Amino acid sequence: MILFLAYSAVLLSFASGGIALAHLYKSDVNKQWVFWSLGASGAMAIFAGLGELVNPEIRLDTLNLGLPWLPWHVHFDSLSAFFYLVIGIAVFAVSFYAPHYTHHEQKNAQNFAVLSLFTGLFIAGMLLVLLADDAFMFMIAWELMSVASYFLVAFQHENAANRRAAFLYLLMAEVGALFIILAFGVVASFADGFTFDALRASTLSTTWMSIAFVLALLGFGMKAGLVPIHVWLPEAHPVAPSHISALMSGVMLKVALYGLIRFCFDLLPEVHWEWGVVLLVVGTVSALGGILYAMMQQNLKRLLAYSSVENIGVIVMVLGLSMIFLANDHQELAALGLLAALFHAFNHALFKNLLFLGAGMIHHQTHELNIDMLGGLIKRMPKTSVLFLIGCMSISSLPLFNGFVSEWLAFQTALQVDVLDNGVLRSLIPVSAAALALTAALAAACFVKVFGLIFLGVPRSRHAEKAKEIEDKGMLAAPALLAGLCFFFGIFPNVMLNLINNVAQQLLGSTLPPQGELSGLWLAPVSAQQASYSAPLVLIGALIAAGVCFWVLRRNPSTVTRIAPTWDCGFGGLTPRMQYTSSAFTMPLRRIFSPVFLIDEKIEKTMREHTTMNVAEVRYTLHIQDHSWVRLYQPVERGVNRVAKQVGRIQTGNIRTYLGYSLATLILLLWVVS
Amino acid sequence: MNWLIAILQTVLFVALAPLLAGFLKFCKCRLQNRKAPSLLQPYRDLLKLTRKQPVISEDASWLFCLAPYIIFSSMVLAATVVPLIAVDLPTSASADVIVLVGFFAFARFFIALAGLDIGTAFGGMGSSREMTISSLAEPAMLMAVFTLTMTASTTNLSGAIGHVLNEGLILRPSFVFALFALILVAIAETGRIPVDNPTTHLELTMIHEAMILEYSGRHLALIEWASQLKFMLYGVLIANIFFPWGIAESFGLSALGYGLLVIVGKLIFLCIFLAFAETAVAKMRLFRVQEYLGFAYLLGLLGMLSHIILESTR
Repeated sequence: MILFLAYSAVLLSFASGGIALAHLYKSDVNKQWVFWSLGASGAMAIFAGLGELVNPEIRLDTLNLGLPWLPWHVHFDSLSAFFYLVIGIAVFAVSFYAPHYTHHEQKNAQNFAVLSLFTGLFIAGMLLVLLADDAFMFMIAWELMSVASYFLVAFQHENAANRRAAFLYLLMAEVGALFIILAFGVVASFADGFTFDALRASTLSTTWMSIAFVLALLGFGMKAGLVPIHVWLPEAHPVAPSHISALMSGVMLKVALYGLIRFCFDLLPEVHWEWGVVLLVVGTVSALGGILYAMMQQNLKRLLAYSSVENIGVIVMVLGLSMIFLANDHQELAALGLLAALFHAFNHALFKNLLFLGAGMIHHQTHELNIDMLGGLIKRMPKTSVLFLIGCMSISSLPLFNGFVSEWLAFQTALQVDVLDNGVLRSLIPVSAAALALTAALAAACFVKVFGLIFLGVPRSRHAEKAKEIEDKGMLAAPALLAGLCFFFGIFPNVMLNLINNVAQQLLGSTLPPQGELSGLWLAPVSAQQASYSAPLVLIGALIAAGVCFWVLRRNPSTVTRIAPTWDCGFGGLTPRMQYTSSAFTMPLRRIFSPVFLIDEKIEKTMREHTTMNVAEVRYTLHIQDHSWVRLYQPVERGVNRVAKQVGRIQTGNIRTYLGYSLATLILLLWVVS
Repeated sequence: MNWLIAILQTVLFVALAPLLAGFLKFCKCRLQNRKAPSLLQPYRDLLKLTRKQPVISEDASWLFCLAPYIIFSSMVLAATVVPLIAVDLPTSASADVIVLVGFFAFARFFIALAGLDIGTAFGGMGSSREMTISSLAEPAMLMAVFTLTMTASTTNLSGAIGHVLNEGLILRPSFVFALFALILVAIAETGRIPVDNPTTHLELTMIHEAMILEYSGRHLALIEWASQLKFMLYGVLIANIFFPWGIAESFGLSALGYGLLVIVGKLIFLCIFLAFAETAVAKMRLFRVQEYLGFAYLLGLLGMLSHIILESTR
């Protein structure tokens, strides 16, 4: 039954693409069926995921697809189910959002067919990755996901920058896939067969295991966007249509994480604490680097993409902690770490989807994504602003919202370090916890900037001034659903945590310590003495405190608020251009963390009438570049070009040379054969 | 009964906060050879503000009017968590020290948004600086707090204080480092000299005052009260974590009374110390603050390392 639901989710998303194709050739097919089918696929994925998580059981199946002697092995356990749930929620929300958002594309049947076909393939690919139980099926599904999403990134290909971003994306996806194939290959060469069961039973030496781990980390990390191999992410995610960016950033990165977790915790026979340290360090660097670069962005979608790098970093860091505890035989604490990581992955999918959909709404109404050209939207788009504010509060990990709970669990995991014997680990982990604190605080600063500059203040452009609220109900319903879930899981995180506990049980063979409590009111992961948090009580307290002071202060009728013009210090003529901009807001942090960025800042002054005092015009340009472009990508690119040039020398264009090559090859082969 | 005492303690916290601010002002005035205003002056100011008609800019949104209530209630919530006169109260289990930091972050998020709401340069300047300083202060604070929580192996404030009480008077090097780190962070976070000057207005160096420049009437009263509360929260946190002796461990009337007397004594001592420091030190440039907070972070880190190397039982 559960497997049937899982299959039908895949088939329905294929169907969604198929309906779009049918619509292209027979225009009497109702194109709304595309979205209904997508929504049904999301709902099926949610049901399949929930059904499996509530009643965890490993479900196996074999499909006679593909090559005749290589059937596809299918496997649906609680880890797959958890990610099924994540994808399901996102796809379900997007299916409400897309009909109105894509109404411009719907006018052109061909564009619409392309967009819908590849959306369907992309989602089916992601779901199939989760179902795979052998390396072949895994790689086929993985490539389906990567290539389909390439066409989505390249969808608006009229723009040269978009084509370039899409090519970069394809290149990175394929290089990453090569690493993953190599990782599977290393393990498979010590096993008999490519099924995951065979891989699990393989006997590797520690060296080969570590090589496989590094290859998998490179391959999956490239897809997930870990620093320093993240540069495709801020290029590719912003250029896709917003609901696709939401799926890519919110969900596709999670599929990469699924691959990493499946490979390291499940397929490899054992884990080593050194790998945990690698994940911890890489995660910390990604988290800090991601948020620092996010802060410097002016394009909203680029900023959100960099913020995904940060969140993936946080998740990988906590996974590293879990691995360290697992390798040191503290199964229950490893379960705590896994719980924190998976819950953060879930939360990130919710609020990043919400924020990308919000960005799409802003773009839809103002045709603007540059933060410095917006402002004052809170009055013009009141509903959108509330939904976006909830997203900003969740991602800044403020109490009462879901982001805080997973961050809190991450801190609790890090603080259990006292059980370890290794002195280096005992001092490294608290430092990374402090880095996590810095990340969280910088994220809050970043999203104060985002919300403050886009929604508050006075409009900075005519587009922003003329913006109107979204009228389509579906387009508001999708982010409203996600915002509601953000708040719900912030108050009642235990609903989800109890389900994830089953994943830990199946994957690590251990759940949270029995002294811990995950009841309706209390969240005490280790024991009530060590740490406890009760979001419902905090919410009640907040409501009482705010209610009392509101009631007391509003009693006096003579103190009704008076509306007056903003005080202009007596000079007059306040203009929107006097407001703080994005680069002004982040200037102190840019200066403090200046070694992290490649800053190119120019101030050009034009003087009036050859004097040195009388300034006629000032031109300020600021360009911030990512270190990994200059330090990693460009050297690799130059190296590849140089090698290609050397190899190109054998191409002389002279037929006699080619005949010579053939002769040499023949002689060589004859020599080898004899 | 326990809940009643918890609520009573919170009310006491909120009620005493302006008095503490008044006393600090009193000490500073006496040190600078000025005549001090009455200790009750902060109460009079708050009362005056609540009776005035608030003026709001025409560019303000609903967020601007709502923010003071959010800021004040998150500070009140923070006050329910920090033990003032007694430990083991039921409210302190509902949130631990990480959530306490979260409450501060919540209030800061909204005060920074309120600063950006009007669309003046002053508001943006204040918000930008506040978020910068606090994002540097937060890791330093957590580093100091982690030292404590690792020693007590709990992040629950009541539990940690109980642990220090049970251990008796032991001089731990890690606690000395953590104490100084926390004092430096507290000074930065509550906007005191040398990081920010709470008495300036309309000066290019101001941070907190720049954000709340547009507030008036009851909104201003709430924000002022919230910042006095924040000041007292940090004071009580430092006093009760590192010198918890005298805090009530049972809920008898005499124990509670004694607890109140002791915490008042500790806070008086802290205020005098702070007044001396503020009189002796000048405000520093904005771009020296990262060195100051970096030093605080370093102290926290040293505390953590000395806990791991010197004091750990393994």
